[in-house]
Amino acid sequence: MSALAAEAPAWRYRAACLESPQPVEEKEPLTTHEREDAELLSALRGGDESAFTELVRRYHGPLVHLARSFGAGEAVAEEIVQETWLGALRGLDRFEQRSSLKTWLFGILKNQARARARRERRTVPFSAFAGGEGSDGPTVAAERFQGDGDNWPDHWATPPRPWEDPHRRLASLEAREQLRSAIAALPERQRAVVTLRDVEGLDAAEVCELLELSEGNQRVLLHRGRAAMRSTLEGLIDA
Amino acid sequence: MPDRHHTEVEEVTCREFVELVTDYLEGALPDRRLELVEQHLVMCDWCKTYLEQFEATVEALPGAAESESPSREAERALLAGFREWRAGG
Repeated sequence: MSALAAEAPAWRYRAACLESPQPVEEKEPLTTHEREDAELLSALRGGDESAFTELVRRYHGPLVHLARSFGAGEAVAEEIVQETWLGALRGLDRFEQRSSLKTWLFGILKNQARARARRERRTVPFSAFAGGEGSDGPTVAAERFQGDGDNWPDHWATPPRPWEDPHRRLASLEAREQLRSAIAALPERQRAVVTLRDVEGLDAAEVCELLELSEGNQRVLLHRGRAAMRSTLEGLIDA
Repeated sequence: MPDRHHTEVEEVTCREFVELVTDYLEGALPDRRLELVEQHLVMCDWCKTYLEQFEATVEALPGAAESESPSREAERALLAGFREWRAGG
């Protein structure tokens, strides 16, 4: 169990009494994280301050990331996240938990970021929505494949070498730092898609909606971003 | 214009394969293409390795999540907002 349970904060007890009626429609089983979210939410609806603080801490990182992926700098990202929470409180009565809390918060953040861009009269509201980065060039260096004059044109000339025990190696603190800087180095839209899909775990439909991308476009950006990440890791592991 | 990657024998080359990995993992390949990709994977250990590295990369990415905390100042401001909301403001 998590540290949350060990501390058994007040919201946990109160949550049990404030349980709202279960929706009739059965969805996929909830993860532990989602169950905790649901408990925190119902405690929050009851006015529990510690539940609010816990949720704010829990979602700070993901929300700041999303704000940044909309092109916000550090200070502005913090402000947008604040506005998101205040907006969430105002809209709490209308949140019916058909989507996950995270998706709901992300949606509010997107609207806050948009409203801010309008206020500041930026012509391109989100750099994450601008074009480009889509479909130019191969994701693996052309010289790694054989050319027309070789024995096996378009097959590997310099194939990838198997990684030994990648899970262990990629879980190290150092590797995580390197993953972060590799993500930061991605072009903006690829970074937004990779962050939301692979770091934050949103599904394709949610990311398409948040970033206003077609399914195909989302996949292209995801592919280019992931391929760049693999290539960075290959450089580190093979070094 | 003839596509030089499509030779008379219908197949997926390694150069093509590496661009199809995400479509493959997302289940977005049309049937015939999927069949060719799977055939290629049976034949080509290098592309299998590429696919494994790609998957290992994707699996490692949640580890890049940062557990950042709001600044004290931000938390104070939020709490003030919360109390106002709770008071029905």
